[in-house]
Amino acid sequence: MEMKEMTYKDAIKLAMSEEMRKDENIIFIGEDIGLYGGAFGVSVGMFEEFGEERVRDTPISEAVIAGAAAGAAATGLRPICEMMFGDFITIAMDNLVNQAAKMRYMFGGKAKVPMTMRLPFGSGTGAAAQHTQSLEAWLCHVPGLKVVSASTPAEAKGLLKAAIRDDNPVCFIEHKLLYKMKGEVPVDDEYIVPLGVSDVKREGTDVTIVSYGTMLYRVLEAAEAVAKEGISVEVIDPRTLYPMDTATIIESVKKTGRAIVVHEACKTGGLGGEIAAAISESEAFDFLDAPVLRLGGLDTPIPYNRNLEAAAIPTVDKIKDAIYKVMNR
Amino acid sequence: MKISNQSIIEMYEKMLKIRKFETKAMNLFAEGKIPGFVHLYIGEEAVATGACASLRDDDYITSTHRGHGHIIAKGGDLKYMMAELFGKETGYCKGKGGSMHIADATKGILGANGIVGAGHTIAVGAGLAAQYKGTDQVCVCFFGDASTNQSTFHEGLNLASIWKLPVVFVCENNGYGISVSQARHQAITDISVRAVAYNMPGITVDGNDVFAVYEAVNEAVSRARKGQGPTLVECKTYRWRGHFEGDPTVYRPVEELEQWKKKDPIPRMEKYIIENKVMTEADVTKLNEKMEKMVDDAVDFAVKSNNPSMASAVEDVYTDIIEEARVR
Repeated sequence: MEMKEMTYKDAIKLAMSEEMRKDENIIFIGEDIGLYGGAFGVSVGMFEEFGEERVRDTPISEAVIAGAAAGAAATGLRPICEMMFGDFITIAMDNLVNQAAKMRYMFGGKAKVPMTMRLPFGSGTGAAAQHTQSLEAWLCHVPGLKVVSASTPAEAKGLLKAAIRDDNPVCFIEHKLLYKMKGEVPVDDEYIVPLGVSDVKREGTDVTIVSYGTMLYRVLEAAEAVAKEGISVEVIDPRTLYPMDTATIIESVKKTGRAIVVHEACKTGGLGGEIAAAISESEAFDFLDAPVLRLGGLDTPIPYNRNLEAAAIPTVDKIKDAIYKVMNR
Repeated sequence: MKISNQSIIEMYEKMLKIRKFETKAMNLFAEGKIPGFVHLYIGEEAVATGACASLRDDDYITSTHRGHGHIIAKGGDLKYMMAELFGKETGYCKGKGGSMHIADATKGILGANGIVGAGHTIAVGAGLAAQYKGTDQVCVCFFGDASTNQSTFHEGLNLASIWKLPVVFVCENNGYGISVSQARHQAITDISVRAVAYNMPGITVDGNDVFAVYEAVNEAVSRARKGQGPTLVECKTYRWRGHFEGDPTVYRPVEELEQWKKKDPIPRMEKYIIENKVMTEADVTKLNEKMEKMVDDAVDFAVKSNNPSMASAVEDVYTDIIEEARVR
């Protein structure tokens, strides 16, 4: 497969651009995505390539961005929306949750709502409580939505293309700290990472850790560190948070007998609980040698001060401690 | 404005159809035969009828919790509507939506809606799709007075205006947002003045005069088809029933209702039809009977239809996932 090195951000742009070249019904709407190129520069150049009809700057009106996307999707277009910060989805929640997500069901199956909602989530930017959240669990809780989280540049391209081609509303989570990450990305414009398939990011035999987004890299770092001490960690990235491929996770736990879930989102009500429960309800329960642990963010808003912000989410040391705990060391 | 006799008869028929459907729904609800919430359109028939008279099958509408009238006016089938009220598998939503969610994609009906103010943004999306694809379709967005205090009204009108979208915003000002009178929920009398803020034409008409509604919306629709952008049409009307069936309506004086009943849009139109010899009194009687029969047939259809299968509860959430079948 021919590869090219590029940033996560450019991989997202590439996915959108390739799909827009193939399908005239795709339009891209959001705040400052046009001439300005997006708050994080994701769409730089797209306005020039596709023009103002297809790359549409909106007013600062999140509710109508999501609602118009739902209406346009139900009437034949395939809109991609960008929320400048994922936190702003809160303003568009009715349009996404009560409208887009439920339209097909309420139309007796006679409508489809092929829209993609891109959501930059996550902390680490010193942006404080309203520009740093990780709200994926809210979205996974809504029947009718699919929720995707990309952790590498290649997956950002492949998963986003799958999301855009999906006939359902898909929330596509991007972690802001990953935008500048570089990686090898397949050049093929038909390269797709299918939704609903977990990926084993590191093979191991002693502990299964499920993680995604930037936390995945802390988990991999912790796994590398404990490997030197003879602990073999298997790391699984679900990639699609709903519908999640839990089968891969369950198979892994049957092998390792220990499981930890690590995410940046607040621990209470986070996906960690859902994944832990899925493991406990499965045949993997009989293989467990330790309780399933959850590592999540503190149940606080993300604080502004850098030291406080850093302490609000799981660290490599905390992940290592969790590994020692399930290993009884 | 010259309206053909044929159009006048069609409008009259639609108003009757709505009135008789709603009266039947009212009785069925009182008898405990239909569950959930029912918000009736009785008294407001001229708005939906006059507004939809300029629309084609491929045009769109968005509706509200008080949606039966809009759906009938846009060509919805009484049988599937009634079956939906009964929660049957033959209903528009396969028995999974009920009164507040009736939709018919084949007739451009983008759904009644349980959320006040939700239609504004969906209508903008439908208008965007029509404009982008270069069709001359339009979307009529129906909404009540109270929804004009929601952010979505302002966001929707603003975006429709700056993008010159083919959307006609039709406000049914029935004087109340549930129990709160217009005077208590906004500091304006004519909602059409809000069009000024979005630099689009705004007009207020007598919502109980089907011709006035038709004329205003027709002009707005033709502007929209020509790419001249959105219009806000306010139709002043009144709902005879409470916000929902079972609402004791303690918040409004009986005399107010009585005054509005005198302005009932249906006898008013009958008077016109007979005086202008569009129809004879005998024809009018016959049409009334025909509509009653149609409603009775719809009830019959609904009653005889099956309940949805238990398995259907998990269908149609996604195009490609059936939840129960998924390995979790």
